[in-house]
Amino acid sequence: MAKVKGDIIIDIEKCKGCELCTDACPQDSLETAKQVNSKGYLYIVKIEDNCTGCTNCALVCPEGAITVYRKVNNQKKEIAKFKNITNDITLTVNE
Amino acid sequence: MNERRMLDDQHFETMIEEESICTSSNVVYDAPHKALYDTPMHYCPGCGHGVVHRLLAEVFEEMDIIKEVIGVAPVGCSVLAYNYLNIDMSEAAHGRASAVATGIKRVLPDKLVFSYQGDGDLAAIGTGETIHTCNRGENILILFINNGIYGMTGGQMAPTTLPGMKSTTSPFGRNVETMGNPLKITDLVAQLPGTVYVTRQAVHKPVNVRKTKKAIQKAFEYQQNGGKGTCFIEVVSNCPSNWKMTPLDSNKWMEENMLPFYPLGDLKTPSGKEN
Ligand SMILES: Cc1ncc(C[n+]2csc(CCOP(=O)(O)OP(=O)(O)O)c2C)c(N)n1
Ligand code: SF4
Ligand code: SF4
Ligand code: SF4
Ligand SMILES: [Mg+2]
Repeated sequence: MAKVKGDIIIDIEKCKGCELCTDACPQDSLETAKQVNSKGYLYIVKIEDNCTGCTNCALVCPEGAITVYRKVNNQKKEIAKFKNITNDITLTVNE
Repeated sequence: MNERRMLDDQHFETMIEEESICTSSNVVYDAPHKALYDTPMHYCPGCGHGVVHRLLAEVFEEMDIIKEVIGVAPVGCSVLAYNYLNIDMSEAAHGRASAVATGIKRVLPDKLVFSYQGDGDLAAIGTGETIHTCNRGENILILFINNGIYGMTGGQMAPTTLPGMKSTTSPFGRNVETMGNPLKITDLVAQLPGTVYVTRQAVHKPVNVRKTKKAIQKAFEYQQNGGKGTCFIEVVSNCPSNWKMTPLDSNKWMEENMLPFYPLGDLKTPSGKEN
């Protein structure tokens, strides 16, 4: 099955923290941040990497603050193996 | 040394690189930028007005009619709609938006004209204009945002306020014996011969947002294709501030209380089919 990967970008300056998007997200990807934007609203952040790009959050957003992206079969590639132990840091980079 | 290496090998981790998919070719939803100014709206957090503004802008862009539409803003919270919609707009005196829209449409019949009105505007002070515009069958769209209250002025009772619903002028709840029954003005205008398309929608859930957008698009298509009467779209909406609820609670309350009284769906379509 083709794997679908989604992502969103939230314009945190437009967000008013109404939480309609968090409620509409079937993946529970969104949460209210602990910081406020310049207008004093607690804005929304993406906390999980499980977004499917369904657009639900953007559709219910009264501020039009969310842009949604979707891609089928996103390639992942292994770029390095690493370890970090005192006195011995090794990094093996592929290619 | 050798022994240590072997031990450490077990602590290797794999780092996976994943390219960000946030590129212009992968966009599946972006708010309209041409028909909607890139400016924050003044509405309270979670207010349905913002969603409906956005949907209008989406339809204008997708139908490529930004230069052909003329809107008429009401008196009410959406009085500043022209600060957000990048189209030609006019303000009307309280309740008179459909009358002003009538004049604009008659003088400029090739333009696509709509009024945007709250329930206090459309169903209280503007009842006369609303009924006669619909009865004359003016070729305009009336977009009616019903949040059951006077939002802008601080939450007074509207004709649409539900029985028992509290407002600043019905602090013990609307008593239908002394204050009358809520006015289902959408049902009323559907009875008039002048209306061709009458529907009731909402914007609290993704599926409803999609349906409302379709309804708006349909209404402008009818008008574009000659129009044979008035299109009337009610959007049952919320007013978290004056209902004194969080946005999420207001939508839940709306679903449980407003929607049974104001059921969603088409009341009248040009083909006569209802759904
Ligand atoms: C002639 C006149 N009467 C009364 C008012 C006060 N007034 C302003 S907005 C409003 C009601 C708005 O309610 P609604 O149309 O439901 O819009 P909402 O704010 O709820 O979206 C009233 C009574 C006015 N501006 N002009
Ligand atoms: S696009 Fe869908 S899955 Fe992704 S954050 Fe928005 S609602 Fe959640
Ligand atoms: S729906 Fe929009 S405004 Fe509301 S919290 Fe989410 S991003 Fe912010
Ligand atoms: S008062 Fe009510 S209708 Fe007006 S902007 Fe606030 S929530 Fe929306
Ligand atoms: Mg109102």
